[in-house]
Amino acid sequence: MTAALRFDPIRLPAECEQLRKEVRAFLAEEIAAGTFDPNKPNREDTDAPEFSRRVGAKGWLGMTWPKKYGGQERSFLERYVVTEEMRVANAPTRRFFVADRQSGPVLLKYAPEHIKMDILPRICRGELCFAIGMSEPNSGSDLFAAKTRATKTDGGYLINGSKIWTSSAYIADYMIAIFRTSPPTKENRRHGLTQFLVKMKQPGIEVNPIGQITGQYEFNEVVFTDYFVPDDHVLGEIDGAWKQATSELAYERSGPERFLETYYVLTELVRAVGDKPDTRSAEGIGRLVAQLHTMRRMSVSVAGMLQAGKEPVVEASIVKDIGTVWEQQLPHRVRDLAAFVEETASNRETLEKQLEFALRTAPKLTIQGGTTEVLRGIIARGLGLR
Amino acid sequence: MAESENIVVETAEKIFADLADAQTINSDKTGSWKAPLWQALSEAGLPLAWVPDDLGGSGASLAEGFGVLNAAGRFAIAVPLAETMLAGWLLAQAKIASPDGEMTVVPASPKDRITLNADGTLSGRARGVPFAKSARHFAVLAHGNGGISIALVEAGKGRIEAGLNVGYDESDTVTLDKIEPVAIKPAPKGFDQTTLMLMGGVVRSLQIAGALESMLDISVRYSNERVAFEKKISKFQAVQHNLARLAGESAAALAAATSAADAVANATSFDDAVYLEAASAKIRCAEAAEKGGAIAHQVHGAIGFTMEHILHRYSLRALAWRDDFGSESHWAVELGKRVAARGADELWPLVASR
Repeated sequence: MTAALRFDPIRLPAECEQLRKEVRAFLAEEIAAGTFDPNKPNREDTDAPEFSRRVGAKGWLGMTWPKKYGGQERSFLERYVVTEEMRVANAPTRRFFVADRQSGPVLLKYAPEHIKMDILPRICRGELCFAIGMSEPNSGSDLFAAKTRATKTDGGYLINGSKIWTSSAYIADYMIAIFRTSPPTKENRRHGLTQFLVKMKQPGIEVNPIGQITGQYEFNEVVFTDYFVPDDHVLGEIDGAWKQATSELAYERSGPERFLETYYVLTELVRAVGDKPDTRSAEGIGRLVAQLHTMRRMSVSVAGMLQAGKEPVVEASIVKDIGTVWEQQLPHRVRDLAAFVEETASNRETLEKQLEFALRTAPKLTIQGGTTEVLRGIIARGLGLR
Repeated sequence: MAESENIVVETAEKIFADLADAQTINSDKTGSWKAPLWQALSEAGLPLAWVPDDLGGSGASLAEGFGVLNAAGRFAIAVPLAETMLAGWLLAQAKIASPDGEMTVVPASPKDRITLNADGTLSGRARGVPFAKSARHFAVLAHGNGGISIALVEAGKGRIEAGLNVGYDESDTVTLDKIEPVAIKPAPKGFDQTTLMLMGGVVRSLQIAGALESMLDISVRYSNERVAFEKKISKFQAVQHNLARLAGESAAALAAATSAADAVANATSFDDAVYLEAASAKIRCAEAAEKGGAIAHQVHGAIGFTMEHILHRYSLRALAWRDDFGSESHWAVELGKRVAARGADELWPLVASR
């Protein structure tokens, strides 16, 4: 076989079910207390610092990390359960999500010990928000075209340039960014970029929010002017960020957030059609549920491979490709079926409001965190075509 | 995968590789490959893999049998191996011993119904029964006043109108008119036609997933050989992205089918969670057969559209397998109704139940 793609039927172990109950009970309490409304994914205020601390207090942040850094040494499958329950409930995870999924693991792997001891426990307590500094005005999918410079100076580097489309930069405490420390070489155009830990609330950084077509202001332009980063904030190899980027992708690309972003419209459609749907609605819902179930099984399978210490980069890219295309189409399919929902359905207005937001959200889903085109390029390489 | 499962599956794969090479079969207009293949499969105990020793079978596990059928899909096997295994499994549910030789299952569609008459005979019509013409016996699921029964029937006693499915395999209409069964027993409690259709659907899903794996394999290989516009067509981004999508469809089918097989193999009953797995597998694999097969053909161009090329052995069978034991439309309606009946707030707990 050319393509040895594996998606073993991983089952969540028994301890996950107890954990799932705890997460559901916690979220139900938060909803009852008015922390967030699960029916309103389009709320303005998605930053919830107190909620973030309470999630941390539960031990649900950095839960796979070593105990000495504040982690719980629990499995990826347990983390998976927490992530999917939060996502399905539309919980306000903005403040901790990136740190927990991505930034923490990068620090674990590449940061010096004293930085790890300082920052990781604070992530686990839900105190820190992270942003990711990859894209620049003329470098998006083509990551290695980044130009923002890090120039060596006494005891560190001076940063000049800008990052763009940086989610949460206005609330973030830290950013993990790549900057150019050397020009690319003839042999390797990916050479010359270095990964840095950047403290956000410090002079030399200007954050300018950018309005999105959903009406929200999630992403930002971040401008650096002679911004100083100390030497011990270099993460990994100087000029060698390209070697570090790929192994993280499996974590970033295969989680439940890659197909559940618009899930709420499906729940609301099921509510709207009632317990005796007509044939067309039943068929439409049945197909969507079958597709959803399949993606979740694929995604859980990748989580199982991560737990087993593998790096399923191609499988993870497939999950994100199929998952994001699906969650992008979902509001459109739900809209097709909603056309036949009775005018008298009690949740009609909620469904319409949600659809409006989901339809505005949909275009970004196949762009953020690796476009469909980039993913298919990675899959093609895995198939031996490139 | 357990060690023993590997051995059973490896045995099957070796037989398929030796005696069911797609190119050889495709060039053989006389069908002379069939008898040696069936004989080898029988000698290895594969057709009755799901029948316990004391009922005349080889007593392999469900998981082992599912592995064999996934491999059978990869080779697009065109003898009634899956059908005989399924028939043996059905008979074993009622502790009826399996005879030697090819069997199939009646009915093979959720729409058809066989009736157990008051005098103990069987009547009814079943359309689209795979390999009925080649079968020596039928394993029949019948509805009677006292509930569901499972019966063994001599194929020669039924009336068979021969037909072919989209993939050119036998797909026949079987009419039973007051036929006396060889053996008949009540089905176990809770076992009904839906159970049989779900099991058949999982079998077809695994075969479709296998066929897609092979379609991906031969499409990738072809794209690395075929030169157009002075380079291998695998170097064109449009072709690469099509093949990446085919890989995605193949992966989705494999994940859905193996997950459902695993669910069935470890289930104590066909509850809502198993229903979700089996119905979803059939729906998603059928969709993948359509999308994936279209890409495999697109990559191959005109050569893949010829009878001389082996691609159609996989692509058309995958399409045909969608129709057996309930199409994706059937299962989508049934699954949708179930989801609606459970209510909106019970959808996620169902999806997240495994």
